[in-house]
Amino acid sequence: MRVMRAGALSVRWEPRAAAVCGVLALVAASAAVLVVGSGEFPISPPDVVRVLVGQGDQATEFIVTTLRLPRAVTGLLAGLALGLSGAIFQSISRNPLGSPDLIGFTTGSASGALLQILVFGGGAVAITVSSVAGSVLTAAGVYLVAYRRGGGVHGVRLVLIGVAAAAMLQALNSYLITRAELREGYEAAFWLTGSLNGRDWDQAVPLGIALAVLVPAALLLARPLGMGELGDDAAQALGVPVQRTRALLTVAGVGLVAAATAAAGPVPFVALAAPQLARRMTRRAGAQLLPAALTGAALLATADLISLHLPVAMPVGVVTGVLGGAYLAWLLSTTGRKGMA
Amino acid sequence: MLSPVRRRPPRTPEKAGGPRGRGAHLGGLALLTAVLLLTVVASLAIGAGDVPLGRVLPGVFSPDDASRPDLIVHELRLPRTVLGIAVGMALGLAGAVMQALTRNPLAEPGLLGVNGGAALAVVIVIGSTRVDDPLVYVWAAFLGAAGAAMLVYMIGARGRGGASPARLVLAGAAVEAVFTALTAGLMLLSPGSFGGFRFWQVGSLGGREMSVFLRILPFVLAGTILALLLARPLNALGMGDEAGKALGSRPGRTRALGALAVVVLCGSATAAAGPIVFLGLAVPFIVRTAVGPDQRLVLPYSLLLAPVLLLGADIFGRVIAPGELETGIVTAFLGAPLFAVMVRRGRTRDL
Repeated sequence: MRVMRAGALSVRWEPRAAAVCGVLALVAASAAVLVVGSGEFPISPPDVVRVLVGQGDQATEFIVTTLRLPRAVTGLLAGLALGLSGAIFQSISRNPLGSPDLIGFTTGSASGALLQILVFGGGAVAITVSSVAGSVLTAAGVYLVAYRRGGGVHGVRLVLIGVAAAAMLQALNSYLITRAELREGYEAAFWLTGSLNGRDWDQAVPLGIALAVLVPAALLLARPLGMGELGDDAAQALGVPVQRTRALLTVAGVGLVAAATAAAGPVPFVALAAPQLARRMTRRAGAQLLPAALTGAALLATADLISLHLPVAMPVGVVTGVLGGAYLAWLLSTTGRKGMA
Repeated sequence: MLSPVRRRPPRTPEKAGGPRGRGAHLGGLALLTAVLLLTVVASLAIGAGDVPLGRVLPGVFSPDDASRPDLIVHELRLPRTVLGIAVGMALGLAGAVMQALTRNPLAEPGLLGVNGGAALAVVIVIGSTRVDDPLVYVWAAFLGAAGAAMLVYMIGARGRGGASPARLVLAGAAVEAVFTALTAGLMLLSPGSFGGFRFWQVGSLGGREMSVFLRILPFVLAGTILALLLARPLNALGMGDEAGKALGSRPGRTRALGALAVVVLCGSATAAAGPIVFLGLAVPFIVRTAVGPDQRLVLPYSLLLAPVLLLGADIFGRVIAPGELETGIVTAFLGAPLFAVMVRRGRTRDL
């Protein structure tokens, strides 16, 4: 760890973490550029970059900025949000499995959106609102049930109750799909898989606004907690209001999941895998919020790129589901009891 | 932290019946059988379309083709009811055996990837062969369920510390997620199969013909007999491998046969009715609370209680909403809270 000083201001930074963040940002950006270049009409990466800096020809510019850029941006932002919220929840539950997609928040968010799509028939804004509401209600329910006086919210209990909530909401989602018209139901099933197909600025812009508020808030809130490096008692002794900070962080995390799900559907496993990968890359204990967020963005953009180049078109959720599930299985089979809890 | 939830070792045979003794348990089983019969009659009599109670028996045994109530009973409710009995028995027993095998009160066919594996196999078969034959479903669901169950157990048992309850549930979640993603991908590839698959996926007893029941019946019977024969060896397994071996039991063989029974029972139930979650979790839990851990009691009680609850959930779904609520939804919504209660009751050290 090094400290940079400029007069009264000082910033502490770590060369390794900074380098990892730089590489991750580069990977995410390159994947996004390749995503923009992929499609019926391939565009070479230099041409994409030329358009992005405002020097492309008109036809290419239309394809890039109107048709394909929203998809790439939505993917980057959703990945960022998922990675960050995964790091927040895993740190709060002190459990690598306490990620929002495993404990029902994502499923609840999807239930909200499905209800809106299939029952109330609202537009894009209404879908976003319902998706957020679904996620918040699920989170509140899971926390309330997992809370026990004296013990607080215990990590593994939270995860198991979340798994039950996810199973219940999954049944609700299947039910909603059987009640829909065949075509609507098919579209809803497609959405439920998590997909970036056909995203336009209507999805990307609200997501960007949500992130502009939530990301700095989460990063600032997480700082005093030391995020698992100190432990509750030490932090409390240093004057940090641990419970309140944690509650606010939870709200920010739920907001991030909801925003990402509203834009891209319930993309599985990015929130689970990103913080773990970030921790291994930075080789530091505790949650690494910024590296986790960047890892999420890099993961989702890369998965989207893979989904575009599969022999048959698949929504990105299939790619992340298969890769992420395999990763979780590996995580379970290599960590001991200590590492899990 | 994640040590297995310790269960009390089975009591000795003399005490197995508790203070009430063997006669009380035979009485209890007889009572439960009577309740099951009542539930069956209710299942035949209740639902959309009025059927006078007096027409139920004639509707089953000698339907008059001109009478609407008779037709409703014979063509719609009878297949649904007998299927409910078979599926309920299969799931309840499978849950009990699974929990005894893994010594894990949280083991549940629906949470251990079995449904995901069966669904994936069914969607592959529908998509690639375009056959709509329940027997093909049954075989596909068997293979899928068996593969998934083995995979989950291998993953859960591999890490340091072995297969604890929480690890198995989480390994199940991982495998389920991979299979769900693959299923979604395959389903989206052939929109044609989506129409039928979405109804299979929700888990229901309704809309199945009598032939579906007849096709799975031999498998359910075979699995049931095998599971009931395992009661004594499972008791020995409950004492731990060392003590069991010392008493002459063969834990390896018990595990293999038990797994076979679970896969046959779950596979046929899931193939016929689609994924139905939490029944296999709830039934053995309730039974153990009532009669204690002796498998010679747990298994038969589970066998009788499960169809009562499943048919009850099915009837509930018929009357609660005008358009009927599928059985799978009802069990999920009733079972998840129970699972949460079990998790909360567990000591903090264990969960």
